[in-house]
Amino acid sequence: MKIFSIILMVISPTAALAAWETNMPRGVTPTSEIAYDLHMLIFYITVVIGILVFGAMLYSIIYHRKSLGHKPASFHESTKVEIIWTVIPFIILVGMAVPATKALILMEDTRDSEITLKVTGYQWMWQYEYLEDSVSFFSKIDNESNVARRLDSGVDVTGVDHYLRNVDNVVVLPTNTKVRILLTASDVIHAWWVPELGGKKDAIPGYINEMWVDIKEPGVYRGQCAELCGKDHGFMPIVVKAVPKNEYYKWVSIQKSNKVAITK
Amino acid sequence: MSANIDKLHDDHSHTPTGIMRWITTTNHKDIGTMYLWFSLIMFFIGGLMALVIRAELFQPGLQLVVPGFFNQMTTMHALVMIFGAVMPAFVGLANWQIPIMIGAPDMALPRLNNWSFWILPFAFTMMLSTLFFESGGPAAGWTLYPPLSLQGGDSMPFVILSIHLLGLSSILGAINVIATILNMRAPGMTLMKMPIFVWTWLITAFLLIASMPVLAGAITMLLTDRFFGTSFFTASGGGDPVLFQHIFWFFGHPEVYILILPAFGIVSTIIPAFSRKKLFGYDSMVYATASIALLSFIVWAHHMFTVGMPLAGELFFMFTTMLIAVPTGVKVFNWVATMWRGSMTFETPMLFAIAFIVLFTVGGFSGLMLAMVPADFQYHDTYFVVAHFHYVLVPGAVFAIIAAVYYWLPKWTGKMYNESLGKLHFWLTTFFVNLTFFPMHFVGLAGMPRRIPDYAVQFADFNAIASVGAFGFGLSQLLFVYILYNALKQRVTAEDKCWEGAEGLEWTLSSPPPYHSFEKAPKID
Repeated sequence: MKIFSIILMVISPTAALAAWETNMPRGVTPTSEIAYDLHMLIFYITVVIGILVFGAMLYSIIYHRKSLGHKPASFHESTKVEIIWTVIPFIILVGMAVPATKALILMEDTRDSEITLKVTGYQWMWQYEYLEDSVSFFSKIDNESNVARRLDSGVDVTGVDHYLRNVDNVVVLPTNTKVRILLTASDVIHAWWVPELGGKKDAIPGYINEMWVDIKEPGVYRGQCAELCGKDHGFMPIVVKAVPKNEYYKWVSIQKSNKVAITK
Repeated sequence: MSANIDKLHDDHSHTPTGIMRWITTTNHKDIGTMYLWFSLIMFFIGGLMALVIRAELFQPGLQLVVPGFFNQMTTMHALVMIFGAVMPAFVGLANWQIPIMIGAPDMALPRLNNWSFWILPFAFTMMLSTLFFESGGPAAGWTLYPPLSLQGGDSMPFVILSIHLLGLSSILGAINVIATILNMRAPGMTLMKMPIFVWTWLITAFLLIASMPVLAGAITMLLTDRFFGTSFFTASGGGDPVLFQHIFWFFGHPEVYILILPAFGIVSTIIPAFSRKKLFGYDSMVYATASIALLSFIVWAHHMFTVGMPLAGELFFMFTTMLIAVPTGVKVFNWVATMWRGSMTFETPMLFAIAFIVLFTVGGFSGLMLAMVPADFQYHDTYFVVAHFHYVLVPGAVFAIIAAVYYWLPKWTGKMYNESLGKLHFWLTTFFVNLTFFPMHFVGLAGMPRRIPDYAVQFADFNAIASVGAFGFGLSQLLFVYILYNALKQRVTAEDKCWEGAEGLEWTLSSPPPYHSFEKAPKID
C-alpha cells in the first residue's frame, strides 16, 4: 500500500500540493521583487548565450563529422576572434552589474524604518522581540508537524496542515510599513528566510545583522531556517502574518495586555 | 597482464612481488593506478552515502534515518567525494600522464610519491571510522562552520587529523608535480609547448600549495577552540564565528578550481583528438587557466554573502566573481571553435567531453546567477546551490575523469574497452545525472533549503524524481566497473596510437608503456 501511494505520488501529483513550482516567487516586498526581476534578467541572458553557444556546437556536431566526409580545417588561432569573445562577455557583465549594484544598494538601506523586529535564533526555535512595543515571544514548529515528522511516526504527512511550515506563535507584521529586522543567535548560526519577503540573512552569535521588509499584500508567508544549525535544522519554520496597520496595532495591544496578565 | 608482469620481472628482479610490490612501489604508473582504484572505491562509498540521502528525501516525512545521521551523511558524502574521489583521481591521472606526456622516465620524487598515496587509505580509514563512534561522525557539513562544528561529538579531532593528513598528501603530490614539470621535460619542450593537461596540473599544484595550509590553519584553530580553551571563533570569548568562514573559503574557492582545472586540461586534450584538429587558442587557454587561478584568491566571500558584510565588500566580491565568467567563457568558446569545421567522431571519451562542455556551462550559468548578490540572497543555502555545484562537479569534474579513463585506458593497459558498452554507459549516465540534478534547480528556487532531512510537501514531486535519477546514476556506474573488468580480462592488445587524431608523446610509447616510460628523452622540435 505504501509503495502504491509512492507510485501514485510520483505519477499524479495533486494540485493541492502546488507541486510543480519551478521558479522563484515574485514575492510581496520591494526587495523580493528586485531579486526576482534580476533573477529573470540574468536567466534570460544566460538562455540567449546558451542558445548561441550550444547552437554553434550542435551545428558543428551535425555537419562537421567524419562520417559525412567532412575534412578538418587547419585554423587554430585568431587573435581577433579571441579579443571579440573576451570583450563582448565583459560588456554583458557590465550590463548585468549595473542593475545588480542598484538593487543591492536599495536592499542594504535599512534607514527610515517605522518598526523594528529583533529575531534571535535558538536550537531550534525563533525568538521575536518588537523593540518599540516591548512585545516578545518564542515561535517553534507546531505540534501536529512535530509529531508527524518523527521517524516512522505512521502519520501521512501529506494530510498535515502546512507540514513543517507551521508554528505555534505567528509573527504579525503590518503591511505597507518599512520594518527593520535585526538578526542574532544565541548558540549557533541560523538564517532567517521567508522567500516571498525577499532574501535571507544569517543570525550569528555575537553579531547583529540587519535587513528590511515592506510587505505590500496582507497574507500568511512561510519559510524556514536556511543555515545548517544541527539535527533539527529542518524543523525551524517561520510564519509571518501580514495585516493592515490598524489590525496590527490591535494585535500589539492584545499582546501587551496578555503580558500584563501573565506578570500579575 | 601476467605477460606484462613477467616482462617486468626480467627487467627488474629487485621488484618485490604480490602486495609488497604495491606497498613499496616508487613507479609513477603503479602509484597512478593505485590512486585511480582508490578514487573509484571512494566514489562508490561516497555514492552510497548520497543514496542514503536521496532515499530519505524520496518522499516527505522521515522513513529511514534520524536527522542527526542524515547530517553525518551529507557531511561525509562531501568530504569523501572531494578529498577521496575527485582529488585522488586527478592525482592518479597526473601520475600516469605527466611523465609520459613530457617525455620523462618517472616522477621527480618517487618515494615522496609513494608516501603521498599511502597517507590516503589511513586518513580515510580514520575519517570513516568516526561513523561507528557512539556519538557518530561529523555532522556540521563539510564546511565545518563553528559554533555548530564545536558542538560535535568525539569524531571532531579524528576528522581534523584526517583532513590534516589529506592536506599533507595533497601538498606532497603538488610538490612532486611541480618538480617533475619544471625539471624533467624532454629537451625542446618549452613551457608553451607543453600539453595543455600538464599546464592545467602545474597551475593546480600551485593552487594546492597555496590553499591547503590555509585550511590546515582554520581547522587547527577549531581544534584549539574545542580542546584548549581558545576563542578564535566563539563570540562569548571575544571570537568571531564569521572569521572561520573567511579563512575556510579563502581555501575553499581555490579548492573549487583544484577540482576543475585538471578537468579543463582533459577536455582540452580529448576535444582536439576526436575533432582531428588542433586545440583552438592554445596560448589563450593557458592564460585563461592562469587568470582563473589568480581570480580564485579574491572571490572567496561569494560563498557567504548572507553573513552581513558591508555593502562595499558585497560589491567587490560580486564584481570579481562575475569577472571569472570572462576567462571561463574563453575556454568554452575555444572548445567550440576547436570542434568547428573539424572532422569529428564520437567515441565514448568524446561523448563525455562534449557532455562536459554543455553541462559544465549550465553549471557556469547558475554560477553567474549566484554571483548576483540581490538574487543570491534568495538562492543562498537552497537546492539551487546544490544543483549548481553538482552540475560543475558531476557532469563537470567526474565526467572529465571518466572521459580520461576511457581515453587513456588502452594506453595504460594495452586493452581496448567495448565501445558499444561505453556509449551505453555514457547515455545512461548523462540521462540520470540530469534527472537527478536538474529538478534541484526548481525546488531550490521554490524555497527548499539544503541540508534538511525532511521537507514541506510542495517539494515532494521533484524530490521523488531526483531520487529516482540518483539511483539510476548509481546503478549506471556499476556498468562502468563491468566495462573496466571486461576490458582488463581480454587479451586483444590495443594499438600504440589507438585514436586516429590523438597527439602527444604518450602515443609514441607502446601500449602498455614500458616500466620506465622514457629511458631516453625524446627530442621535441
